[in-house]
Amino acid sequence: MMNDLDQLEAQSIYILREAFNRLDKIAMLWSIGKDSNVMLWLARKAFFGHVPFPVLHVDTSYKIPEMIEFRDRVATEWNLPLIIGQNKAALAAGMSPEQGRVTCCSALKTEGLKALLAEHGYTGVIAGIRRDEEGTRAKERVFSPRNDTNEWDVRDQPPEFWDQFKTDFAPGTHLRIHPLLAWTELDVWRYIAREGIPVVDLYFAKNGRRYRSLGCAPCTGSIASTASTVDEIVEELETTKTSERAGRAQDRESEDAFERLRAAGYM
Amino acid sequence: MSNTSPLKIVVVGHVDHGKSTLVGRVLHETGALPEGKVEYLKEVCDKRGMPFEWAFVMDALQAERDQGITIDTSQLRFHTGNRPVLIIDAPGHKEFLKNMITGAASAEAALLVIDADEGVQEQSRRHGYLLHLLGLTQIAVAVNKMDLVEWSESRFHEVEAEIRAYLGGIGVIPTHVVPVSARGGDNIATASTKSPWYQGPSVIGALDGFSAAASVTDLGLRLPVQDVYKFDHRRIIAGRIESGRIKVGDRLVFSPSGKSARIASIEGWAGSDISVVTAHAGQSVGVTLDEPIFVERGQVAHLAEGAPALAHEIRARVFWLGRDPLALGDRLKLKLATAEYHVEVAAIERVIDVEDLGSHQGAQVGRNAVAEVVLRSRGAMAFDSFGDNARLGRFVLVHGYDIVGGGIIAQALDNRNIFQVDHQVTTESRARANGHKGGVLWLTGLSGAGKSTIAMELEKRLFQKGWQINVLDGDNVRHGLCSDLGFSHEDRTENIRRVGEAAHLFARAGMLVITAFISPYRADRDRVRSIDPQAFHEIHIATDLEECERRDPKGLYRKARKGEIADFTGISAPYEAPENPELALNTDGKSVEETVSELVAYVEAEFGRNAVESRSA
Repeated sequence: MMNDLDQLEAQSIYILREAFNRLDKIAMLWSIGKDSNVMLWLARKAFFGHVPFPVLHVDTSYKIPEMIEFRDRVATEWNLPLIIGQNKAALAAGMSPEQGRVTCCSALKTEGLKALLAEHGYTGVIAGIRRDEEGTRAKERVFSPRNDTNEWDVRDQPPEFWDQFKTDFAPGTHLRIHPLLAWTELDVWRYIAREGIPVVDLYFAKNGRRYRSLGCAPCTGSIASTASTVDEIVEELETTKTSERAGRAQDRESEDAFERLRAAGYM
Repeated sequence: MSNTSPLKIVVVGHVDHGKSTLVGRVLHETGALPEGKVEYLKEVCDKRGMPFEWAFVMDALQAERDQGITIDTSQLRFHTGNRPVLIIDAPGHKEFLKNMITGAASAEAALLVIDADEGVQEQSRRHGYLLHLLGLTQIAVAVNKMDLVEWSESRFHEVEAEIRAYLGGIGVIPTHVVPVSARGGDNIATASTKSPWYQGPSVIGALDGFSAAASVTDLGLRLPVQDVYKFDHRRIIAGRIESGRIKVGDRLVFSPSGKSARIASIEGWAGSDISVVTAHAGQSVGVTLDEPIFVERGQVAHLAEGAPALAHEIRARVFWLGRDPLALGDRLKLKLATAEYHVEVAAIERVIDVEDLGSHQGAQVGRNAVAEVVLRSRGAMAFDSFGDNARLGRFVLVHGYDIVGGGIIAQALDNRNIFQVDHQVTTESRARANGHKGGVLWLTGLSGAGKSTIAMELEKRLFQKGWQINVLDGDNVRHGLCSDLGFSHEDRTENIRRVGEAAHLFARAGMLVITAFISPYRADRDRVRSIDPQAFHEIHIATDLEECERRDPKGLYRKARKGEIADFTGISAPYEAPENPELALNTDGKSVEETVSELVAYVEAEFGRNAVESRSA
C-alpha cells in the first residue's frame, strides 16, 4: 500500500511529466529553500535521473551567503542546467528593503523573474509553492495561467479537476506549474528525512535559533528552536502552532500585501 | 505520527448558507489554526468595522472579504482526533460553479450545508446533483443557522425532509443530517445543549463516519501512456497506473493501436539501485518493453483480458461550464486520461433540470446545465464506462484555450465494432469515424422540379446532424470544373461525366455528396452509377412537366415555349426518366420541408449509423 508521502510523490511526478510533455519551453524555479530542493529531487525521479529543463535562480543579491554556496555546490554535484537572473538595473538604482519591503520584493524578485522569463521565452515555469503556506496560495491551481504581464487573475481561475490541467493558452501568456501545492511543511520535512535530500544548514538550530523559511537576509527572521537535525525538525513541526511564514516580514505590511504581490506575478 | 493520506471532504451548498463559516469553525474547534490566527482575523474585522467573521479563515482574497462570499475553492488539513482530513471549501454562488467543481471533483465525501431559515435552495440542489454525477455517494447534511429559527425542532425536520426527498430522487441517502450553528459553535465538535431533541453525531462525528475511497488496485490494468523518454540508452514508457497492477513479464496491449509487447523492466532512476518488479494503482512508473513497438502518449496499456471499450461514439452525461451554450454540431477537444480526441456533438438527447430532476428536449445546453449527449470522435477512443472504472470513464471538454465542461461516460454506442486501426485508411474506417457511410445521392428531374432547393435544404439538415456533406450543383461546377463546356448533347454528357467522377471521389473520402443536375440522359446517369454501384443512389425528383411549367421559377419554360431557348429539356429536348431509381419523390402538394424529411429518413436508413454497423458487423 502507498502511504501519504508515496501518494504525494506520485502525484507530483505526474504533474512534472504533464508540464514537460504539454509545454514547449519550461523551466524550474530554484529558491535554494527546502521546497525547491524537494522539487528538484522529484524531477530527477520523474525523468529517471535527468533534469530535462533549465533551473532558474533569481538572485536578489540580498540572499544569505550560505544559500549561494549551497546552490553552486548542488548544481555541480547534480549537474543542473542552472540559469541565474538578477534585476541589475534596480540594484544599480539602489533598490533595497529600505524602499519598502513589498516594493523591494516586486522589483528584485517579481521583475527579476519577469525579465528572465521574457529573455528566454518560457511558456511554463515550475514553482514550489504550497497551499498550506498562506491563504491566497491555498486558492491556487496546479496549472495556473498568467497573462502577458505575468498577472494572476485570482477572481477568474480556470476549472481544474480529474487531473486534467489547463495546457492550452494564448500566445504571450504562460503557465505557472505547482507540483507541491498539496504538500504541507511537515510533509516536506518528512520526505526530506525519508529520501535524504540535502538542505542548507541554516534550517538547523545553532545557539537556540534556526530559520524555518528562507528568503533574503534583511526580511527573514529566525525562530527560537533547538531542532538541529531533520528528525528533530519533524518532531518540532508535529507540535508547533506557529505559522511558517511568521518570520517573513513582507507578508504583514497590510491585510492584502501578499495577495497584491502574487497578483502582480510573485511566486 | 499518522502516515495515512487525509480523507478529502468537500463542503458545498447555496451561497450564504454558511459553508466558509462552518469550515473556519471546524478548523478552530479541532485546533488546526496556527497561533495568533484568530487574533489576527479579529484585527482585520475590527479594521473593517465588522463583527468577527469565521469565514475569513478560508476567504483570504480581498474580493471575498469585501463581498462576503467565497469566490474560489481552497483547502486545509486538520485532524478529527481519529484521522487526518483535508477539508475543501467550495463557493456556493452560481457564478463560480467551475470553482465548486474544481474543489468537489477530488473529494471522497461531502458535507452539504443548508440554511435552516431559507431551507433548500437552487444551489443546494445543483450541488447535490453534481456531487452525485461526480461519483460522490457519501453525503452528510448540516442544517446551519439553527439560532435564526430559535433551534426549532419542527423547522429542522421540515428542512431535513425536504433535502432527504431531493437526494432520494437521485439515489443518495445522507449519512447524517445535523442541526448546527456554525457561528455559535453548536454541534460542531460536541453535542450542544440547545438541541436536546437531537441524538445524532456532531459535524466532526459525521465526518468521522465517512470511509475512504475504495482501492482501484483490484480493477483491470489501465496504464495511460503519458510520455515516452529517451534520455539515455533506455526507451522508457512513462505513465501513472490508474487501476490494477503490473509486473515484469506481463504482456501489455496498447489501445487503440492493438500493438502488444512484454514489460522488460520497471525503471527506477539512476540515483537508486532498488530493483522493482511490480507496481500498482496510484504509482507514476516507467517501463521498458521487450519489443520496439510504436507507442505514444494517449494510448492505454492494459492486459489482454479485461480490455477497455473502443468506440467512435459515446453517450455521456456532461456538465457545461462554457460561456456560450453547447450546441448540436459543436466541435470540441475531449481529454480523457492522457488522450485527446476531436469530437463533435452528434446529439443532445436530453437536458436535465436539476431543480425538479425533470428532463426536456433541447437543441442546446446552457452554462452550468447538465445534459445527456452523444459525442462522436474522428478516431477510435479507448475508455471504460464510468460505472466500470471511473478513472477511464470521465473526461473534460476543451474549446479554444479553455476547459468548458466535463462528463462521465454512460456507454459506447458502436461498441460492437471493436477493431484495430489499420495503417491504411479504409472506407470502413472512414465510415466509422464519421458515423455514416460516404456515397452519392444523385438527384435527377426536370428544370423547376425542386432539385437544388431540396439539395440545399437536405445539406443543411444533415450538416446540423454532424454529417460530412457536400452539394454539387450546376452553379458551382459550371463556373470551374466545367467552365469550358456548353449545352450541346456532347457537352452535357461530358459535364455529367466530370460531375460523376468528382462526386465519387468525395464519396470515397467518406463524404455524402448530393448532386442536383437535370441529367436527362439515362445512359449518362448509368455511366456515373457504374463508377461505384454500391455508393450511387439515384433519386428521381418526379415533379411532372405541367407542375414544373406552372412554377417556372426562372422563367425558362416561357422562353423555351417562345423558342428563345434551344434544346430545353421537356420542351425541345428529351428527359429520360429513371426506370429503377433507388427512390422517387413526388413533390406535388408537398412542402419542401415534407419532401426533405422523407429524404432525411431515407438517407439515415441507407447511409446512417445502423448502415455502418450492419455493413461491418
